[in-house]
Amino acid sequence: MGEVEVYLVSGVLIFVVCAYALVVHAHLIRKVLALNIMGSGIFLLFTAIARRTDTPDPVPHAMVLTGIVVAVSATAFALALVRKLHQATGRPYLPEEPDRSPRPPKETRRNPERG
Amino acid sequence: MAAPGTSLAILLPVLLPLVGATVAFLAGGASLKTGRRVQVGTGLLTAAGVLGSVVLLWSVVAAEGPVSYQLAGWEVPVGIALRADGLSVLMLLTTALVGGFGSIYAVGYFSSNNEDRRTGREVEGFRDPGRSFWPLWLFLWAALNGLFLSGDAFNLYVTLELLGLSAAALISLGGTGSALAAGMRYLMVSLLGSLAYLLGVALLYGAFGVLDISLLGENASSVPATWAALAFISLGMALKTGLFPLHFWLPSAYSASPSVASALLAALVGKASFYILLRLWFDVFEGSVPAVSGQLLGAFGAVAILWGAIMAVRQRRLKLLLAYSSVSQIGYLFLVFALVTGGGRGFDAWAGASYLVLAHASAKAAMFMAAGAIIFALGHDDIDRLRGIAQKLPIPVASFAIAGITIMGLPTSGGFTAKWLLLSSSLSSGQWWYGGVILAGGVLAAVYLLRFLNPALIQVKTSPVLRIPPKSMSVSAFMLALISLALGLVSAPLLDLLAVGAPFQPEVPGE
Repeated sequence: MGEVEVYLVSGVLIFVVCAYALVVHAHLIRKVLALNIMGSGIFLLFTAIARRTDTPDPVPHAMVLTGIVVAVSATAFALALVRKLHQATGRPYLPEEPDRSPRPPKETRRNPERG
Repeated sequence: MAAPGTSLAILLPVLLPLVGATVAFLAGGASLKTGRRVQVGTGLLTAAGVLGSVVLLWSVVAAEGPVSYQLAGWEVPVGIALRADGLSVLMLLTTALVGGFGSIYAVGYFSSNNEDRRTGREVEGFRDPGRSFWPLWLFLWAALNGLFLSGDAFNLYVTLELLGLSAAALISLGGTGSALAAGMRYLMVSLLGSLAYLLGVALLYGAFGVLDISLLGENASSVPATWAALAFISLGMALKTGLFPLHFWLPSAYSASPSVASALLAALVGKASFYILLRLWFDVFEGSVPAVSGQLLGAFGAVAILWGAIMAVRQRRLKLLLAYSSVSQIGYLFLVFALVTGGGRGFDAWAGASYLVLAHASAKAAMFMAAGAIIFALGHDDIDRLRGIAQKLPIPVASFAIAGITIMGLPTSGGFTAKWLLLSSSLSSGQWWYGGVILAGGVLAAVYLLRFLNPALIQVKTSPVLRIPPKSMSVSAFMLALISLALGLVSAPLLDLLAVGAPFQPEVPGE
């Protein structure tokens, strides 16, 4: 196993471990972190792919840069949403799955059209 | 290099909504009245412009075949190409029709919504939802059109992320705890799906060194990297489309969002991820992946048809019924992979699934719009309390019923044409069990739609209606329902369009 392969395998491993973390952790900040590190795993994979030739391939670098921009925007939005949810419900967690039962919830529901 | 007219026709569907979104965003800072006027004007102008440019592109593609445009003059493989063939134009057309009527619906929806303020716990920082709606919706539209025209696997990823972010924001628009939670859940699902897709793209690039979809199609071979890429991309896209059993986020997302957003999401956003799978499967992976993968997706699709329909029958709320109906209809789309890998008539299955995207989008959008009008009038959507509602709200109920013809797959509707194509493909390859599921899904659809329509149509003495919904809401729902019905009558030119640059050629009858 050469140097590049180590990075290739590490990238995929980071992705898989953090996908697991995303599923098992309930706290939303942890979920946002897991998504970020998943992205980093893919970026590592791209960087390793670029290193396979003697002169590094510029295309994966460009993709990583674009990917970082997307990740930053998505993270900012996700964090803003977590704060709003925390303000609205007092908890930084997603509520238990609603609508598992076909019955409407007991509380008198507000008009969903006006939020 | 493309002719100027072609490059304009291919660029406008992406540029117009981008410009419109920017204008709408800036107008949101103006005073309430002026800002709303500018936003509505921008939204409707953009919708008209996009529809015009899509029709222009249709004529170009029908005359010249598939067209492409190199962004900034860089040649592929270094540059990025926009491409339009029959399938992309059909998707653009679907979006333009649903989006156009969705925009008209939104005008009425948000104008009267501001007269009485939200009750319940206010979440600070949310301004008038209508103000945030227009920029978000136009950005979403730009993302959709960009996605359908992308000729490059990485560019697809960027448009997919833009789509996911604007969709999650639209879901959360209401600002209540349940809307924020649904938006948050969707955002997590959406990012997970996009990242799985990106990993697939990385594997493909690592194996073949290109990103352009047509070059990938030429170079792709049956190696483990291709299989892994297919697995990640399929998982990510099945998750974002809401294929059983990965549909857990869908009911809350579609029912907690404002009805105008539910209509656009159910009709268009889930279809975009399905389009990516359809595009890559038949343009890139076909022939270099084991047939069992197609059978697997088809099997989940078959379960989804039945499971979604059974769950829809059990719902007590109209919007949840529609959400589970979407789970069922999404199942039909995924049958295409099983039908083709099982040796069914390729064009029939492929065109059937593509046509169903158009038929289902217009019908489901009409139904969510009708549900929105009912909620607007009554303040709730509990099916048990909607008895006799047709007397007071004839047009929304009629829209619901007409659109239901497509969902059931009954003749002369677009849904019938699409499901007939899928059915004939399943029978031509001897995979009759899929045909059975297609028919059973139609019967179950009739059951869950009548659960609402039967009580709605009976005569009762009094039914409390708070307000009459604005005309723009009822009329756009009705128009979309009529379109979904008419699609069964005008399928010939659309199927001809689909055949342009298709991975399969239609069989000439009599051969």
